[in-house]
Amino acid sequence: MKPYDFSYTRATSLSHLYDLFDEYGDGLKILAGGQSLITTLNMRLSSPEMLVDINDLSEISSISLTDNIVSVGALVRHAEIQESNDIKQHVPLLKLAIEHVAHAAIRNRGTHGGSIAFADPAAEIPACVLALNATLVLASREGERRIAGSDFFKDLYDTELRENEIIVAIEYPIAKKNTVSAFREFTRRKGDFATAGLALNGELDGKVLQSLSLVFFGVANTPVLARQVADLIVGEPITPSLIEKAQNELANEIEVIGDLYSSEEMKLHLSKHFLKQALEELQV
Amino acid sequence: MSNKTDISVNVNGREYTRHVSPRVSLADFIRHDLGLTGTHVGCEHGVCGACVVKLDGKIVRSCLTLAVQTDGHAIETIEGLSESGEISDMQEIFHKRNALQCGYCTPGILLTAAELLEKTATPDREEIREFLSGNLCRCTGYEAIIDAVEETARERQDGK
Amino acid sequence: MANDTDLTDYIGHSVPRANTLALLNGRGQFVDDISLPGMLHVCFVRSPYSHARILEIDKQDALQSPGVVAVVTGKELLAYCEPWRAELTHLPPMQTALQYAMPPERVCYQGEPVVAVVAESRALAEDAAELVEIDWEELANVASIEEAMQSEGPRVHPEMDTNLAWSMELEQGELDKQFSAADVIVEQEFYVDRQTGVTLEPRGIIANYNSADGQLLLHHSTQVPHIQRAVYSKQLGIKESKLRIICPDLGGGFGLKLHIYSDEISTAALSVMLNRPLKFIADRLESFLSDIHARGHIVKAKMALTEAGNITALQLEDVAGGGAYLIHPRTSTIEPLLVGVCTPLAYDIEHYKANVSLVYQNKVPTAQYRGVGMPVASLVMEGMMDAAARKMQIDKAEIRKVNLRADDAYPCKSVTGETLEGLSQHESLDRLLEMCAYPQLREEQQKLREQGIYRGIGLVTVVEGTSPSPALYAAGGAPISSRDACTLRLESDGSIACITSLTEQGQGAYAIINQIVADTIGVKMDEVDILMGDTKATPFGGGTWASRGTSIAGEAALLSANAMKEKILDAVSQLADAPAEQLYIKNGKVIEIETEKVVLTLEELGRITHYRTMEFPQGFDPELVVTNHYSQRDHMMLYANCAMCLTLDVDINTGQVKLDQIWVVEDCGKVINPMLVDEQIRGGVVQGIGSALFEECIYDEDAQLRNGTLADYLVPMAGEMPDIKIAHVETPTLVTELGAKGCGEAGIISICAAIMNGINDALEPLGDVSLTSQPFTPEKILKAIGKI
Repeated sequence: MKPYDFSYTRATSLSHLYDLFDEYGDGLKILAGGQSLITTLNMRLSSPEMLVDINDLSEISSISLTDNIVSVGALVRHAEIQESNDIKQHVPLLKLAIEHVAHAAIRNRGTHGGSIAFADPAAEIPACVLALNATLVLASREGERRIAGSDFFKDLYDTELRENEIIVAIEYPIAKKNTVSAFREFTRRKGDFATAGLALNGELDGKVLQSLSLVFFGVANTPVLARQVADLIVGEPITPSLIEKAQNELANEIEVIGDLYSSEEMKLHLSKHFLKQALEELQV
Repeated sequence: MSNKTDISVNVNGREYTRHVSPRVSLADFIRHDLGLTGTHVGCEHGVCGACVVKLDGKIVRSCLTLAVQTDGHAIETIEGLSESGEISDMQEIFHKRNALQCGYCTPGILLTAAELLEKTATPDREEIREFLSGNLCRCTGYEAIIDAVEETARERQDGK
Repeated sequence: MANDTDLTDYIGHSVPRANTLALLNGRGQFVDDISLPGMLHVCFVRSPYSHARILEIDKQDALQSPGVVAVVTGKELLAYCEPWRAELTHLPPMQTALQYAMPPERVCYQGEPVVAVVAESRALAEDAAELVEIDWEELANVASIEEAMQSEGPRVHPEMDTNLAWSMELEQGELDKQFSAADVIVEQEFYVDRQTGVTLEPRGIIANYNSADGQLLLHHSTQVPHIQRAVYSKQLGIKESKLRIICPDLGGGFGLKLHIYSDEISTAALSVMLNRPLKFIADRLESFLSDIHARGHIVKAKMALTEAGNITALQLEDVAGGGAYLIHPRTSTIEPLLVGVCTPLAYDIEHYKANVSLVYQNKVPTAQYRGVGMPVASLVMEGMMDAAARKMQIDKAEIRKVNLRADDAYPCKSVTGETLEGLSQHESLDRLLEMCAYPQLREEQQKLREQGIYRGIGLVTVVEGTSPSPALYAAGGAPISSRDACTLRLESDGSIACITSLTEQGQGAYAIINQIVADTIGVKMDEVDILMGDTKATPFGGGTWASRGTSIAGEAALLSANAMKEKILDAVSQLADAPAEQLYIKNGKVIEIETEKVVLTLEELGRITHYRTMEFPQGFDPELVVTNHYSQRDHMMLYANCAMCLTLDVDINTGQVKLDQIWVVEDCGKVINPMLVDEQIRGGVVQGIGSALFEECIYDEDAQLRNGTLADYLVPMAGEMPDIKIAHVETPTLVTELGAKGCGEAGIISICAAIMNGINDALEPLGDVSLTSQPFTPEKILKAIGKI
């Protein structure tokens, strides 16, 4: 199937983009990597009037490191994340996750900001944004605003991003010495979107977690931060009985939605399994 | 149509200037506007890998790239890579090992495998499978393809 | 091959396929690569409903859309394409419905084309298609097989009293007696979901009608050009002599490109109507909605055994879901027919009863796809074997040995009346068990079980039907040729032009014919120039289906090559002072046996034959062209056999199945090209892994397909596929001189059952677990073991 007709232009600067926002309003769509957007165009599921290509905006396409933050430009490609030493060293969870993202040719093109803006509930990167409590930098004519990852994802493919805004960067706090990460996902085939997954980030002192984020993805309309489960675990030695309690609490806390291939029972089962696996891994 | 634009693209080392509609995919552009039909379209939703080409030296899905996006950029297709001879060793090994049946997926597989070998000189079978896991081949069952890529890597190492 | 550069010994060797070189260089030519002057593009408005009446079609807005040339409804196209009824008259009677290129009044499945839009580009045609307004009256639909079987309730075709399209009973022996005398009775129910073929190159056609001379030229992605020509000729009312079909490179077939498709034949009819070249290429989304689907069965089976594990009786009942129409011209009945005929073939079973049937549903038709019924037959038979072994605590290899016929029992008749000839099941199984080191596999399994790893071993021994005779289809009146032919011609440069009715879909047909002709005549393979896939040029023949290319078209090539050799030697003997019997051909040179002297090269013979005929004696005119046909008429099919073993691990926490190793021993008679045979098996195995683990057409209760994209319909990718070890036993069939049987379907026939058996074998420590519903998904596994 071929897309509906649309117009196309390249944004030469952020302020040029803001002009275009003003001109086209909700008829405008931003084209970054295009790996999800062009699919929806090719299926005629989306019909923008104007597609604005932001690939020339070099100011938002690099990874930079400051004292306590790794800032990833929105246009950084998945392949660059995969190959970045800064990410490997300072944002280990993201490094674990990125290995599961799609396939080589998609990773060469797909962008970090694009994946977050698209907000597929089964995607890896949004889950990491939540688990790492990253800060999203959103820009518009009015200036920049920062929003916590945990406040960003609203509903299925729906985020806090306004019509006249663009994600320009994602700021990840640098991992501390005692930071622990785990990433698990279940896919039928390599590179598929997850049936269910877990992104875990925390601080471990001895055998006790001092802080913990548990994000389950592929199980609901957005990635889900399991706060109550995490509260249960933090400050307690990780024992089999704690793990069991956490698994039971998980069933209470998150509301799982089934999909075409997997029932909610299946997704909940996998989530509990990954929780157990990840916590057991920390025990060792 | 009024929204059509002129683009200049370097394809396989040659400059082409064409007037295209923004909705035309890079795949359709190189196939139908430029007549380079070695790049194939298998799904138009970025899953099968038959349409893989190189954009500025890196493999991309040409069905998920718009022709207008490539204005001022460089594209290489199976025709270009064949003519330059840079993958002739791999093509020869694919031929001998029968690492293709119908051949529809083959250009995409060759370009993807070529990028793998640029990144990793001697990948093991698992790495080859992993890297090719976004390219659908419905005929071979993949083993012959993995064999052929592995052998290409080995021969390139031996030749050094 | 030895170093002797004169050797032209190709049969039996792994020779690469010359026709892959263009494909490897991006210089193949598939239908969509072709563009004709003045060509327009067709797209179809398809029914959004699985069952609905068309009340009114308003095409005014669509006609005004930019670039649109025509918008045509089913009613308007009626004058250009006769509707058809698919039927085979040699089988029990079929309840068959009239099918239109585009239905004028009522649609029977979601995706059925109802209006065609012709425009300057595909994109413009799609734009206009969205503007076609149709008033629908939605009708009650039939989705599942169970619904279709209900005596009350909606009918797919209102003129029929039931949704039963066809049924057949096969019975032999004394079933009741055997069941009442049985030591052990095993019963199982199997469910096999629908799947689809997913050729990577979608279906496509370019139709070019020229009213000036009344000729219709089709460039068509089809496996069977002559068969398509016969049907198109009849429906379009154009004589076969005025209709030419060219098959360019074919991007996969697997049976999917054998059938009459509404959109393709509509494109041909529209070309006649508009007198213009038209292109239609199915996109992936419409492929899922309109390509044939396959399988879709509920099978109940019951088996009686003696204490020693001998099967004494087998009974089965199969209901297959046929979709909205019997596919034309083969009908959709052959799938359940082969379940009935082939289920008991592998074993020595004397008492058997099968009731097989096909029901209509408001879904896209199911039809012949790689394996046709036989993967289901083996799933049932091999599933029953393992169920019996489990129940009786017999080793799974042992129970098979007990029930296989002795290798010297052939030829013999199966309980279903099939002649089996030249099978080597014991030898193949023994070879397999040795190759996979079966006892060690069992030991390792025990060790792994102690470590909490659920290792399974799946074992099957199956029979593969290949190379059908005319009794399968043509006897029922369908224009389906089971004959093939090969024309050979000596060219002026001494090369051999070889024109075969066989078609290439990637399996290696080109190379096989090339090898047979070159080897038999005694010339290098590149001295044989092959032409295939053009009804105007090639001799008449069946094309590619049912694993018949090598065995049937190969035999025709062998006959022609032998005849050609004789003609060459005869012509040379006229030129030289030597009798033909004293001459032979070696690497393109005619040599005198006694003296080993070169008498004449074929190059010289070509020149003399075509230019310097005065060198021949007066009265002798060389006629260096031969055509031979061959059709297999001895048996309904030439049956080959295959034994397979695999190991797999089931993760009991996720339900994920990880395939570990696969071993195959195959006997397809004489092997012409071992590499190509192995690759046919590997390809079939991996397609079958798709069937067993991934592929299902998921419909909702309104018969709407829910997973019709390549992201949602899961096919096997490289990441999950294991390597496959293959060995051969070669028992040439005595039916032909060549001795080859088919080999294209053994992989898919064996693997589904092997995976099912492997999973159930792995789960044995968890109690009485038996998964019999394909595909064997993680969720089904977790449910079966009570995890969810």
